[in-house]
Amino acid sequence: MTPSPVLSVRNLVKHFPVRRHGLARRRTGDIHAVCDVSFDLYPRQTLGLVGESGCGKTTTARVLLNLQPATAGEVRYQGTDLTELSRKAMQRLRRELQIVFQDPYAALDPRLPVHDIVAEPLRIHGCYRPSGGADVRELLSLVGLNPEHGNRYPHEFSGGQRQRIGIARALALRPKILILDEPVSALDVSIQAGVLNLLADLQAQLELSYLFVSHDLSVVRHIANRIAVMYLGRIVEIGTSEELFSAPAHPYTQALISAIPLPDPRKERARERIILTGDVPNPADPPSGCRFRTRCPLFATRLTDPQRHLCTTDPPPLSPHTNTHQVACHHSRPPAFSGLSVVVEDGLPRSARSMRNGKAGA
Amino acid sequence: MTAPSEVVLDVADLRVEFRTDEGRVQAVRGVSYQLRRGEVLGIVGESGSGKSVTSLAVMGLLPGTAQVSGSVRFTGGSGSAGSRNPAELLGASDAALSRVRGQSIAMIFQDPMTSLNPVYTVGYQIAEAIRAHHDLPRDVLRKQVLALLAAVSIPNPAQRVNSYPHELSGGMRQRVVIAIAMANQPEVIIADEPTTALDVTVQAQVLEALRAAKVQTGAAMVLITHDLGVIAGQADRVLVMYAGRIVEAGTVEEIFYTPRMPYTLGLLGSQPRLDERRARLNPISGAPPSAINMPPGCPFVSRCPLAAPICETEEPLLTTVDPGGHGAACHFSDQLVGVAPADLFRPLSRETAS
Repeated sequence: MTPSPVLSVRNLVKHFPVRRHGLARRRTGDIHAVCDVSFDLYPRQTLGLVGESGCGKTTTARVLLNLQPATAGEVRYQGTDLTELSRKAMQRLRRELQIVFQDPYAALDPRLPVHDIVAEPLRIHGCYRPSGGADVRELLSLVGLNPEHGNRYPHEFSGGQRQRIGIARALALRPKILILDEPVSALDVSIQAGVLNLLADLQAQLELSYLFVSHDLSVVRHIANRIAVMYLGRIVEIGTSEELFSAPAHPYTQALISAIPLPDPRKERARERIILTGDVPNPADPPSGCRFRTRCPLFATRLTDPQRHLCTTDPPPLSPHTNTHQVACHHSRPPAFSGLSVVVEDGLPRSARSMRNGKAGA
Repeated sequence: MTAPSEVVLDVADLRVEFRTDEGRVQAVRGVSYQLRRGEVLGIVGESGSGKSVTSLAVMGLLPGTAQVSGSVRFTGGSGSAGSRNPAELLGASDAALSRVRGQSIAMIFQDPMTSLNPVYTVGYQIAEAIRAHHDLPRDVLRKQVLALLAAVSIPNPAQRVNSYPHELSGGMRQRVVIAIAMANQPEVIIADEPTTALDVTVQAQVLEALRAAKVQTGAAMVLITHDLGVIAGQADRVLVMYAGRIVEAGTVEEIFYTPRMPYTLGLLGSQPRLDERRARLNPISGAPPSAINMPPGCPFVSRCPLAAPICETEEPLLTTVDPGGHGAACHFSDQLVGVAPADLFRPLSRETAS
C-alpha cells in the first residue's frame, strides 16, 4: 500500500536558449538542462536528488516551484498543475511549498535583523499577527537558535546558524513540502551534522516532505528514503536508499558510488574503483541515444556492436527494475566486480582483491 | 627514530600573524612537523584552522602584511648527490626562494582556473616551469611537456598541448597543474585542497593523476584537505589542525581507529557515511573560536564534552600518547582510549547552535 504522492512530476523539460552575440541575438540552440524528468514525492518522506554539477538538479528544484517556467511537462500538487498557474495563484500555493537555498551567506538580506527576515514570509502572506514577535521567537527556538537573538543581523551568525535562519524562514508559513537545495554543502562537517539532525527532527515533528538536492551521496544516503540520480538532465536511476546502495543498477550510479572516498583507511584502501574516463558532455549538444554512453564503462568494454548500436540510437527509458526501483539503461547489469564494497555492514570489505594496505593492527 | 637524512622538509614552531584593525589574527600558532622522503602527509582541518596559511608560509607566498616566525628548512638533497646544506626558507631572498620553488618544492592549488594563466597555452605554461630552472633546446622541451601531459592521463597530448585553459574542463585543468608541479621532479609537492573544486567522478581521476605524479617523481607530498575520505585513501601520516595548532598527529590508522583528541573524535562522528547508515550524526556543538585575540586555554574548550577548569586556563601541548609518534593535544587524552565518537558526543534531540 503505497500512499499517494504529495507532489508528482511528469515529463518535466527545461531548455535554456543559447543566443548568438550581437544585436539580433539569434537563437542558435538550446541547453537541455532538464529533460523528461518524472518522479513522485511521498508524504513525510525525503527524496534525494543527486548528481554532479551541471546535471540539472538545481534547475529541477527551481522549475518545481515555478521560480523558472518549465518548457514542458507537469508538476502536480493536490490536483493542480503548478506549471500552468499564474503568478498570483502560485503565490498562494507558495505557503505550502518552500525552499531553502544553498548559500546561507547570499540567501539572507544583510540589512535586515533576523526577526524581520523570518517574519517576511508571514508579512507577505498577511499572516503576521500583532503578536507576531512570539511566532518568530518560536520559530527561532524550533531551529535551535536563541529566540532572544532576533534583533541581531546575519553577519553576527556563523554559517551553520545562518542556514538555521534560512530554515526558520522557510518554515514560517507551515509548509507541507520543503525543497532543500544543497542545504549543507557550504558548511564544515562538524556543523553540517547538526543541521542534518535538525532537518530530521523537523520532518518528524512537522510532518514535512523533503526534496533534498545534493551532490554529496553520503549526506543523501543519511537523510533520504528514496534517491533519484541525475546525469546530464535525465534521471538515470531511482529507488529506495537501500536498493540504490546495495544494488546500484545503472553504470553511472555504480561509478558514482565507487568514486566516493570512505573515511576509513582500511576499507578505502581495499576498495576497487570504477574510474570514469572523460568529462560530462556539453548539455547544448548531448550525445544521441543514451547520454551516458560516452563515459560508460559497459559501452566501452563489455557490449557487442549491436548492443552499442541501441545505445547510440535510442535514449533508454526509465523502466522498472524491481517494484520500487527504476533504471534507465538498455544493458543494466551488476558491476564487473563485487568490490563496490560500500555495503559492508560487517566491517570487512567484501572484496579484498587489491589490498594495498597489508598491515593490519590498530 | 627517523634518521635526519630522511627528512626533506622540517617545519619548526611556525607562527603566522596578521595585524588587523580588530586586533591580532593568529592564523598559525606554533606548527611543527617533519616531512619524510616519499611519504604522504595529510593535513586535515576545517575552514579557518590554518592549514592553507601553513603551506603558503612554507612556500613564502604570504602577503607582506603577514608576520611569520619560526623555521622552515628544506633538508632534501637530490637523492644520490648526498645532502646539501639545509636551506632555511623563512626570510630567504626572493631569488633564493625562486630557485627552490618549482624545482625542489612544488605546489598545487585548489582552483585550477585561477592558478593557470588564461592567455597562454597549457603547453607553454608547463614548458615555462621547466625553463625557469633548466636551459633546454625546444625539441627536448616539447618532448618533456608531452610526456608530462601523458603522465597525468590527458588524452591526445599532442593536440592538447596547444589548448588554452578555458578549452579544458576543470578536471583536465587540475591535471595540467599537477603536470606543472611534476615538471622538475621536485622532492616535495604541496597540494592544497587539490580536488575540492571538482565533482566526485573527476576527483577520482585527479587523485589517480596525483598518485601517478608521486610515483613518477618519488616526491614526498603534503596533502591538505577537509575531506576525511581523501585523507583515508591517500595519506600515510595525518596532522589534525584546529585553531592554528596541530591538535593530533599520527599514522592514518591511529587517527581513524584510535583517536585521542576530542576534536578528532568529533570530526569522525559527525561525518555521514556511505558504508553504514547511522540513525543520528554526532555533531560538535558550537563553532571554532575567532582567531582574533585568542583567549588562553584550549581553543576547543567551548565545544568539548570533557572540558574541565584546567582547560580554560592552560592550553595543552601536543604530547606523545603512544610510542611511535602518535601525539595529541588534550589534558585528558588518557581517558579517550577505546572511546567511540558516539560515547563522547551524545546526540541531543535538539542541539542549540548558539
